[in-house]
Amino acid sequence: MRPFGYVRADDVETAIATVATEPDARFLGGGTNLVDLMKLGVERPGLLVDVSRLPLTGIDPVGDGKLRIGANVRNSDLAAHPLIRARYPVLSQALLAGASGQLRNAATTGGNLLQRTRCLYFQDVSKPCNKRAPGSGCPAREGIHRDLAVLGHSEHCVATNPSDLAVALAALDASVVLRGPDGERTVAATAFHRLPADLPERDTVIAHDELLTAVELPAPPPGRSAYRKARDRASYAFALASVAAVLDVQGGTVREVRLAFGGLAHKPWRATVAEQALLGAPATEESFRHAADAELAAARPLRDNGFKVPLARNLAVRVLASLADANHMPQLGS
Amino acid sequence: MSHPEPGAPLGRLEGQLKVTGAARYAAEYTPRGTAYAWPVPATIARGTVTAVHDTDALAMPGALAVLSHHNAPRVTPADDPVLSVLQNAHVPHRGWYVALAIAESLEAARGMAAALHIDYAADEHDVVLTEGHARLYEPELANGGHPARREHGDFDAAYASAAVRVDATYTMAAQHNHPMEPHASTAEWDGDRLTVYDSNQGSTKVRDALATLFELRPEQVTVVSEHVGGGFGSKGTPRPQVVLAAMAARQLRRPVKLALPRNQLAAVVGHRAPTVQRLRIGADRKGGISALGHEIITHTSTVREFVEQAATPSRTMYTAPNSRTTHQVAALDVPTPSWMRAPGEASGMYALESAMDELAVALGMDPVELRVRNDPAIEPDTGKPFSSRHLVECLREGARRFGWEERDPRPRSRREGSLLIGTGVASATYPVLVSPSMAEACTVPGGGYRVRVNATDIGTGARTVLAQVAADALGVPVDHVLIDIGRSDLPAAPLAGGSSGTASWGWAVHHACRRLRALVMEAGGAETPTTTLRAFADTSGEADAESPYARHAFGAHFAEVAVDADTGETRVRRLLGVYAAGRILNSRTGHSQFIGGMVMGLGMALLEGSTMDPSFGDFAERDLASYHVPTCADTPAMEAHWIDEDDRHLNPMGSKGIGEIGIVGTAAAIGNAVHHATGVRLRELPMTPDKVLAHLN
Repeated sequence: MRPFGYVRADDVETAIATVATEPDARFLGGGTNLVDLMKLGVERPGLLVDVSRLPLTGIDPVGDGKLRIGANVRNSDLAAHPLIRARYPVLSQALLAGASGQLRNAATTGGNLLQRTRCLYFQDVSKPCNKRAPGSGCPAREGIHRDLAVLGHSEHCVATNPSDLAVALAALDASVVLRGPDGERTVAATAFHRLPADLPERDTVIAHDELLTAVELPAPPPGRSAYRKARDRASYAFALASVAAVLDVQGGTVREVRLAFGGLAHKPWRATVAEQALLGAPATEESFRHAADAELAAARPLRDNGFKVPLARNLAVRVLASLADANHMPQLGS
Repeated sequence: MSHPEPGAPLGRLEGQLKVTGAARYAAEYTPRGTAYAWPVPATIARGTVTAVHDTDALAMPGALAVLSHHNAPRVTPADDPVLSVLQNAHVPHRGWYVALAIAESLEAARGMAAALHIDYAADEHDVVLTEGHARLYEPELANGGHPARREHGDFDAAYASAAVRVDATYTMAAQHNHPMEPHASTAEWDGDRLTVYDSNQGSTKVRDALATLFELRPEQVTVVSEHVGGGFGSKGTPRPQVVLAAMAARQLRRPVKLALPRNQLAAVVGHRAPTVQRLRIGADRKGGISALGHEIITHTSTVREFVEQAATPSRTMYTAPNSRTTHQVAALDVPTPSWMRAPGEASGMYALESAMDELAVALGMDPVELRVRNDPAIEPDTGKPFSSRHLVECLREGARRFGWEERDPRPRSRREGSLLIGTGVASATYPVLVSPSMAEACTVPGGGYRVRVNATDIGTGARTVLAQVAADALGVPVDHVLIDIGRSDLPAAPLAGGSSGTASWGWAVHHACRRLRALVMEAGGAETPTTTLRAFADTSGEADAESPYARHAFGAHFAEVAVDADTGETRVRRLLGVYAAGRILNSRTGHSQFIGGMVMGLGMALLEGSTMDPSFGDFAERDLASYHVPTCADTPAMEAHWIDEDDRHLNPMGSKGIGEIGIVGTAAAIGNAVHHATGVRLRELPMTPDKVLAHLN
């Protein structure tokens, strides 16, 4: 076998110091993605530093209406937390739309955000992949790519980020707390994941020796929020496309809106073009459609994934329209 | 647990063992000194292995050996060439095994496999089935021994002159069986005696194949398959893992265990071949069919010709004085296809029953009535009378239970918000297959009876049903019967496949038990005779006798779907099946069989598809994250019912097979419901949101 070391970290500082000194060390959370990829030979760490028992498990108010979520809060626990359900329904709904009950029980908040992008070629070590073996090529562009990116992809990589949680965090203007040997920094959730450009091997901006310790949610934005995910089967499937939205309508006019797409790009796609188009506009289906089309005008579909563009537009219109209709509860499943 | 009557809903005899984890599967036997093997698949689509560099692999801790065509034991070819692994350098398709790493632990073997360096000389490959492919030819026979071509009357003339015509082509991606338990074997040699614990659907056949391959007498080989975690056809024939495990165990002179990794299965254990099916139906204005054409193309590998017999159900289903049913196949550089639940019928009835729905729409006729209108008195292809045929009763009973008469036939007539609601119907059929079997029954000192037959319980409830058959024949409560199955040193028996297992094994069990009962009576009638009484049965010549009757099970499927007009997501709301399949021998396990088939048909309709990657020559979806099977959330309201059939032309139990018919017709019923919901006729499976949405916007 390919041997690797395993240590269980006793505290955050030691964990970070250990990984900092070992170039091929990796933090281990719930293991629902890293361990799978190790079995496939995609990830080949020399040392696993298990941080899953560090006391990063709080969901605590930290002033100004903010909420701080420890990196080790399990997806199930976060989705079920009364504060999350009451104040950030889009976040709870996004979590519950992901994976299966068993996986949500194991997966952590930090690990969810650090799961690798998905692509069948990335997972198959017998084939080229620029993400896994930089410079080897990207067979997905001409190969099997129905599930892959339509926005922000590069000639080097067309993989998609599979996290539902990350889409909701992008819409909520959340931030990610990263702790390194020299202290802590905070990165906006929208800037945490990156587009592939010419460095497809990097999914996020986290440094090797940084540990994701928490997620911070700002005070809930005004209005209502919802998450809707389209997928092949009713449960336990990655998004073909998804939408996280927050909408505040006053007197028939859009006062505030946050919109993010999942399943379309290498990162959760915050739809700033659509948001700009909607601010101050009448809260009508026509506005929503116009705004979504404006955002998706940047799409560059591949041969077999063009359906994602109308799919994402329809989802956005649907979710925004249901949020605009105060008497209409958003339709979360089909 | 003392129901003597057949059909009783007896719970599985091994149920407690399974839910407590005590039931042992092939990979859970670990004889002392067991080594572990990990197979190495080819990474080219066609060509030759030019070198196997194993120095790094053999230098790893725990490494024991690397087998390749250079050093693997030679075997005598069995009738299935997919078993002749590691015999030469040729690579017929990507995923074909080119080496085997063996080590002291599973992890070490996997590490060795990753460290092997294999050089290839790759040739051009051709892996994509297309209409008009240059390699298409008409074989002599399709799977099951069916003639590739049958013609009756003058199809062309009748079709040309028909008042109403349907001409439609249906396409299905390849599908994979993906049983929960992957294919696994643990092999152990004792001198020239071989014992393997193997996951398969029939260990007599595995034993015979191993005897041929390793030039042994059958009695030198014992294959144990006590519990099997599903097969769906992919374990109906011996698979490479059992040969590799036996080879490695012989080479190393110690037991070797090999469980195939999930992501290798798609290339080495068969698949339902992709099909392109052209249906042409001509009818008069009252719906009477005058012409029926069902022409299919499919692929096979260069290793073995396997031709999915998809056009065959059109030889049985409906009256058609003029018909043409043909098969063409292209041998491509692809993995070898094989059986997957209801081979032939599942694919063919998807196309035929979709086309029947198109005809009903063209005629403005109710699709149930159209089927009733064309119900034949004799089997159209053979002219034989049916031993029993209650398709019309299934359709009527299903329509009644489903509430079919309330249906507004206009497409796109029911909407709930963004959801388009529709209902659809399709018929089902599956042939009655049966093979000779042996069985033995004896009295047990101290009381009770023991029945021995090498049946295989692949999760169906076979063990339980056979105990019921035995109890019925002996005239005793079922808890007086001990039943031994799942070992090749038991009386030889055919496989659990073709929905034939219970009929084949049960026939022999019935005879053996009747004879034993007669012996007990002769001996005075005491259930605890002082000497062991023993009876044997072999149904050769009887079970395989040509029947003057056309023998098939029939059924009807009704589906209600909701299609999201915004997303193209199609979800089944209700699925109801009614079956006429002879006597149901255990209402509980029978119900599970029907429901299981319907769930698999739902997957076939909406989710399951294996995409051939043209550049690499392998199936893209090779794990259960990408190859989607239905979850519980996809199967909300499932109902299975049956009509009691009294058919004296089958077997002593009066049963027809029920393992496969549940899948047949389900996909068509769902597709027809999608058409009713949306007005869109999709002719390609699976109907994933990308395909549906393209027609809705």
